[in-house]
Amino acid sequence: MTETEGKTLQTKEKMTLGAAAEQTKPGIVFTPAVDIFETEKELTLLADMPGVKSDNLTIGLNKNVLTMTGEVEAPEDENETDVIREYETGKYFREFTLSNEIDQTRIDAVLKDGVLRLTLPKVEEVTPRKIAVKTA
Amino acid sequence: MIFRRVSNWPAFYWRTPFGDLERLKRQMDLINEGLLGGTLREPSAGVFPLMNVTEDKDNYYVRAELPGIKSEELDISVTGDTLSIAGERKISEEKGDVKYHRREREAGKFSRILNLPSQINTAKVDAKCADGLLSIVMPKAETAKQKQIVVKSS
Repeated sequence: MTETEGKTLQTKEKMTLGAAAEQTKPGIVFTPAVDIFETEKELTLLADMPGVKSDNLTIGLNKNVLTMTGEVEAPEDENETDVIREYETGKYFREFTLSNEIDQTRIDAVLKDGVLRLTLPKVEEVTPRKIAVKTA
Repeated sequence: MIFRRVSNWPAFYWRTPFGDLERLKRQMDLINEGLLGGTLREPSAGVFPLMNVTEDKDNYYVRAELPGIKSEELDISVTGDTLSIAGERKISEEKGDVKYHRREREAGKFSRILNLPSQINTAKVDAKCADGLLSIVMPKAETAKQKQIVVKSS
């Protein structure tokens, strides 16, 4: 799949999360859309989490499970009344199982304009090494 | 496909009944997508960006989720009682030799026109974009504001 410039954006609904584990707090939970790609050195994960401030974003790593949780505070003021409501706001949650080859101490996360960019560097040994064969 | 809704259906004048219907429709769409893999999905359901409009005594507030879109890439204009938003979401191509495992985020152009229930003061519209959330504050025109009438007792 290649991205071409100038095409029309394909619309998508926000995906709600199926009840994997029940929440203690009421509210809707959404699964953010993600892009995951890999290079020789690292694995990068991009996630759309509009409305999440960096203080409200939690990234957890337990054994090999990477968890992303983003809380969204309702932006509406108390005395505002709805005129038209097309989307709901709520929590974002998604989990991924990482392979052992990720260097879990060097994970880097940047949240910018509602997009989270997680960089997961691979452990040195796993990086394929080119071995030059010398001729004697 | 151009997702441009010139006039919003349902009209604004019937607030709650159609608002609930619209929400129900969205939920039905989600069920359809889950059961039939989205084959029954009408293209008309695809409007971007989705907007929430609220009001108080003096202003209308329009909010839309636009992750990864910078404010300078947005083209917002207002005339009388319509608001139009256009822009393009770009997802930059990663440099070098990359292998994609998942690609769920969408990129592309979008445009949308929204009809407001009443005239707005176009000179004082304020828009800001933070954390991927666009919020526009539009003061109602003086003529559109509700006037409280005091009943005098003689």
